[in-house]
Amino acid sequence: MLLFTVRRVLWTVLVMFVITLLVFVIFFKTPGVDPARSLAGRNPSPQVLAEIRQQFGLDRPFPVQYLVMMKKLFITRDLVSYSNQGQRVFPEITAAAPATLSLVFGAAVIWVALAIAMGVAAAVLRGTILDPLLMIIALIGISMPVFWLGEVANLITQSKMHGTPLFSWVPPLGYTPLTQNPGLWFEGLLIPWLTLSVLYVGLYARVLRASLIEIGNEDYVRTARAKGLTEQRVLIRHTLRTSMITFVSLFGLDFGVLVGGGALLTEVVFGIHGVGYLTYQSLSNLDLPVIMATVVYGAFFIVLANTLVDVAYSWLDPRVRIS
Amino acid sequence: MGEPLLEVRDLRVSFRTDDGLVQAVNGVSFEVSEGETLGIVGESGSGKSVTMMSVMRLITDPNARFDGSVIYKGRDLMKLSKKAIREVRGAEIAMIFQDPMTSLNPVYRVGWQIAEQIRAHEPVSAHAARARAVELLSAVGIPNPEHRVEDYPHQFSGGMRQRVMIALALSCSPSLLIADEPTTALDVTIQAQILRLIKKLREETGSAIVLITHDMGVVADIADRVAVMYAGRLVEQGTKREIFYDPQHPYTWGLLGSIAHLARPRPRRLTAIPGAPPSLLALPGGCAFADRCSSRFDRCAAEFPELISRDGAADGHLDACHLTPALKRERRTAALNGDRT
Repeated sequence: MLLFTVRRVLWTVLVMFVITLLVFVIFFKTPGVDPARSLAGRNPSPQVLAEIRQQFGLDRPFPVQYLVMMKKLFITRDLVSYSNQGQRVFPEITAAAPATLSLVFGAAVIWVALAIAMGVAAAVLRGTILDPLLMIIALIGISMPVFWLGEVANLITQSKMHGTPLFSWVPPLGYTPLTQNPGLWFEGLLIPWLTLSVLYVGLYARVLRASLIEIGNEDYVRTARAKGLTEQRVLIRHTLRTSMITFVSLFGLDFGVLVGGGALLTEVVFGIHGVGYLTYQSLSNLDLPVIMATVVYGAFFIVLANTLVDVAYSWLDPRVRIS
Repeated sequence: MGEPLLEVRDLRVSFRTDDGLVQAVNGVSFEVSEGETLGIVGESGSGKSVTMMSVMRLITDPNARFDGSVIYKGRDLMKLSKKAIREVRGAEIAMIFQDPMTSLNPVYRVGWQIAEQIRAHEPVSAHAARARAVELLSAVGIPNPEHRVEDYPHQFSGGMRQRVMIALALSCSPSLLIADEPTTALDVTIQAQILRLIKKLREETGSAIVLITHDMGVVADIADRVAVMYAGRLVEQGTKREIFYDPQHPYTWGLLGSIAHLARPRPRRLTAIPGAPPSLLALPGGCAFADRCSSRFDRCAAEFPELISRDGAADGHLDACHLTPALKRERRTAALNGDRT
């Protein structure tokens, strides 16, 4: 188990290296692009360009350029955004991360709980009208784009029905840090959580139902029944437990993508200044240092999630442990 | 012997499918006495497994329909509540399945899986259940049981896994053990070991066994009585002696004729029963075996042959064939010896 974990961590480091290298090559070495110009943002003065060339070692060999960039990203963390009056990029991301983490964690709790409830209900109620009904609801959830759903939610809770007691508690758009006001943090995030989780509830409920039904046909589930266990125990300890292997690996990846900035649309729609929002802004301003930093940040979380999934996987499935 | 332990009466199991109603089991009746071993033989799809799974009410397919009764120790299992049948499963009637590679849950330690069954039926501590699991593993001949109890199923070989399955089945000392092709997925040498183990445990525990198999050799080795199944029906039933030395039904002749004997002159080719079993979607009104039977005559297609004791056979030796005793003897000699050159 220890060896496995160590190997995974080394692997993660290697993957991160390759990703940063790729990102660097794309942003700095694309033919016909002057990296100094892209770093400087719109309409830079010659002095700024010269300063950037010197600072990023753009007149020096490729490996040095890469190392300088990595040093600025990870060690000195003093990469600045030129299009944004010399604002430091790293603090911007660390300031944005709590909002993204709050959004994604909350949504994840909701989507895992609801998806398990729906998936199990559909599998157990197979053969009744409720199973297809639940699956149609899930499909509708999957089909609704998050930006549209978010706008509709805003329309209802912020303007049309904000006057009614049902939604009068909904605070204006934006993010309140948990440390500042937990109540407001929760109220402000509830609608975004629900909006973001709808897609995943639908997706995961369908995946879980299929997996439960498939595993329900396994010989060892029949053995469990032949042992005289209660149906609940067969379902929870045998069918659901084994289904979790698929469920968890799927969850880890989606979670990593979302923490890494994948909740961009939700953040923009609800005005939550998280990493996704930052990415969105930097993309519209062509703010290369921020784009680079958010891409690397995103990649980092996806790779981290991947590693955690693998560790969880080996914990859930003893068959992969010994190999 | 008095009351039989298990009495299956006119059991019918059918499945609704897109193509129509599949009659998997079609009026099967038999008895198992205490301590007795009954072998149910038949080819794949003849309904042997479905019959025994129905006895334990293990078929969860919502499209399945069951009729008839299964009397176990005076109670009709088909009419028991879900809770009551659960108390029978594992504790009174236990089952060993065909494929030991897939019959154990891959994510739990084998000791845990055995203890789970014990604790489902008896109010014992986790510690005591685990100790029982070690004893059971030792009883089924797994070396080093104190350590092996902590292993996962994939760390065992096929034969060892089947031993674990047997330990699991015996963990609550059931009165009836149903073994569904327990040796089919194993190597021949391992098959012999497992059969020897089952015989040894039968002597120690005195439990009755219903052994489902398509292997006449296994039946010859272990069974007291034999029931031959074809297309969802029993076609012959009797003691092992009667079935092997005085078989009445042409299908049984076919099964016996297709065994390779080491002691007899080697046939050029092993005899096979021509054709394939009828579709269970549309069973013929008469004898289901008629199409493949070389001794068929007009009556076979016209009249359904009941499974009864007929002239020319011993009492309690039942068969479902219209042939006269004289014709049976004559045709049987030809069927069992004819093709040996």
